[in-house]
Amino acid sequence: MSIDSTDRAIIEATQCGLPLTPQPYHAIALRLELTIEEVMARLQAMQERGVIRRIGAVPNHYKLGYSANGMSVWDVDDERIGDLGPKIGALDCVSHCYRRPRIEGRWRFNLFAMVHGRTKDEVARGVARIADVLGPFAYAHDVLFSRRILKKTGLRLSGRDPRSSPSDPDASRPASRRPTT
Amino acid sequence: MDETDRCIINRLQGGFPLVESPFLEVAAEFGMAEANLIRRIAALRASGVLSRFGPMYDAKALGGAFTLCAMSVPCERFDEVTELVNARDEVAHNYERDHELNMWFVLATETPEQIPQTIEAIEADTGLQVLDLPKLDEYFLELRLVA
Repeated sequence: MSIDSTDRAIIEATQCGLPLTPQPYHAIALRLELTIEEVMARLQAMQERGVIRRIGAVPNHYKLGYSANGMSVWDVDDERIGDLGPKIGALDCVSHCYRRPRIEGRWRFNLFAMVHGRTKDEVARGVARIADVLGPFAYAHDVLFSRRILKKTGLRLSGRDPRSSPSDPDASRPASRRPTT
Repeated sequence: MDETDRCIINRLQGGFPLVESPFLEVAAEFGMAEANLIRRIAALRASGVLSRFGPMYDAKALGGAFTLCAMSVPCERFDEVTELVNARDEVAHNYERDHELNMWFVLATETPEQIPQTIEAIEADTGLQVLDLPKLDEYFLELRLVA
């Protein structure tokens, strides 16, 4: 998935977003002194190579009313996690699903599944579905609800100052008790 | 945000065409004028309903290194530690969570060796232990929120 300097220039020009003009790819081509054909061909190629996951919009889930965001963490049998992980990732209530290491004495959970919901109950229902799929191969789990976004700048190539956003007051949630699991 | 905005958000999460006049193409699907669609997307971006609109780059593909970190921050030091952690450019996202491990942040660096360096620097700044939980495997499916 290598990228050359022209790809990199296109990435830098678009990583903060596409211009909202009738011909956005044209605007980028002009800025980089490339042809629109080349910009589009390279974006297409980067999409095919997986450098670009997709071109589209990322909504702020809080503003859409998805104010409950639970990071569910699971202690899953190491032998079975490879089969079960993709099944969890495919549930429509799960946005991201990763395997991460355990840390001796500090952290036992090796599967992370982000569950978004409009309410904590909706998240709890998602967690229950995950528990169903994992069945006897999950030995323990927990759900960590987010209270506040403290920083969200997204990823930037180097050479630019990421504009750090102060914590979003809309993202503040009153403290609440964790469900006992 | 009205019903049309919701339809636009749902449509744009699915992908934006790679053609010369992509807004025209999407506007035609909705039977609306191109200028109207652009105006609405601009408003959604300005109000923060859309946090991003454009190509979503796979961070790994760009040659960077990433990890998820967790810290247990004493309540009375929370604001001070937040400031110390957020001050670092390598910290891309940082969330407060309801847990004994109450601060969770993502580190994104240009090279793999900058990850442990940044973790050590944060530990030195704060005097607190940082748990390093890198992604070992990804069971990924694109998130679609129904607006």
